[in-house]
Amino acid sequence: MASMRDIKRRKGSIQSTQQITKAMKLVSTVKLQKAKNRAEQTNPYFNYMYQTVTSMLAKSGTISHPYLNRGASAKKAVIVITSNRGLAGGYNSNVTKLVTASGELPMEDVEVYAIGNKGKEALERRGYEIKMDGSSIIESPVYADAAGLCKRVLADYTAGEIGEIYLAYTHFKNTVSHEPKLIRLLPVEFDGEEMESAAQSGVLMNYEPNEEEALDMIIPKYVTSLFYGALVEAVASENGARMQAMDSATSNAEEMISDLTLKYNRARQGSITQELTEIIAGASAIS
Amino acid sequence: MADDSRVFQVEIITPDRIFHTGGATMIEFNTAAGEIGVYKKHIPLTTVLAPGIVKIHNDGEEDVRAAVHSGFAEILPDKVTLLAEIAEWPDEIDKSRAEAAKQRAEERLAGRTEEIDIKRAEFALRKALVRLDISE
Repeated sequence: MASMRDIKRRKGSIQSTQQITKAMKLVSTVKLQKAKNRAEQTNPYFNYMYQTVTSMLAKSGTISHPYLNRGASAKKAVIVITSNRGLAGGYNSNVTKLVTASGELPMEDVEVYAIGNKGKEALERRGYEIKMDGSSIIESPVYADAAGLCKRVLADYTAGEIGEIYLAYTHFKNTVSHEPKLIRLLPVEFDGEEMESAAQSGVLMNYEPNEEEALDMIIPKYVTSLFYGALVEAVASENGARMQAMDSATSNAEEMISDLTLKYNRARQGSITQELTEIIAGASAIS
Repeated sequence: MADDSRVFQVEIITPDRIFHTGGATMIEFNTAAGEIGVYKKHIPLTTVLAPGIVKIHNDGEEDVRAAVHSGFAEILPDKVTLLAEIAEWPDEIDKSRAEAAKQRAEERLAGRTEEIDIKRAEFALRKALVRLDISE
């Protein structure tokens, strides 16, 4: 049986760890609130953008445009959004797993645009090529940053260096459920049903200056808005994941402490009993 | 109150917030092809925005004015939606910053020759001018 002192020391260390996890939980709860509000405010813009682009493409059917056709290059750019800090449970590894486990993304063809240190490190270790590191963006995502990064990726795309652009991030469903997602940004893909319903809505849209130029302008904005939306959701998910991880860490610590307290009391009881037995035995030996 | 048959819905949405929603009898804004004014029952049109001032007129109410810098507009017979990347109310604009930006852009335009630089500087200059204009 472990000595009383050992148990006491162990308990102390767990207690201080618990204090840290508790504090981290509180901090991420506050951050989550903020991030959630932002995600909610971004949503209308993103939804409207999606609707507009879907209906635009549904009606302009067969238009041929570089943004709608696969580029010649076999290279695939993947924008991976993770966090800069750990202690968020499976948050980061879930996103990187999407990239490594996906059958469509063979390692030789992938160029990673990493947002977030954790994902960058994990993919680097596995041998992926990191084309760019934009980890500072995730600290406080603003639209201008998202636009800057998208411009770079789109420039590589139009220059023919990459043929497809993917985005790996964590979708924020609600506070307790987040879902890692891998979507293709370019060439643009839409699910057929929505396309059809948009095509049937019957309004004949005109474009100014003309369809092609409008697409030229709007698709980059569409990609940027998708990316920005993903960024904001990822931040919310990160804090949600961290809050959960820290919550369970705190309750685990609680459990361990109560277990150790019981052990400690038993050890104390044991040592008292032993001392008593020794005294009584000594006294009876003298008399 | 305005006559209902002439009022349509206006929404200005930016990435960070729903900037403005409300009714209007006429809206004016600047597009890549020049300034346009839109009444109710306009033909459906999607157009690219250029930096400029958006004016929303509504009978019996004061005009709403805001600076909108880039994005696009979707015009439907009973609704106009501006998806703007940047939109600002007059009182949100920092005049001295806009002044400085205007000077910077002018210097750049006077100095450099590379095409991409000129495009960027021109855009910056237009933004600065719009900001100064509306905050006056």
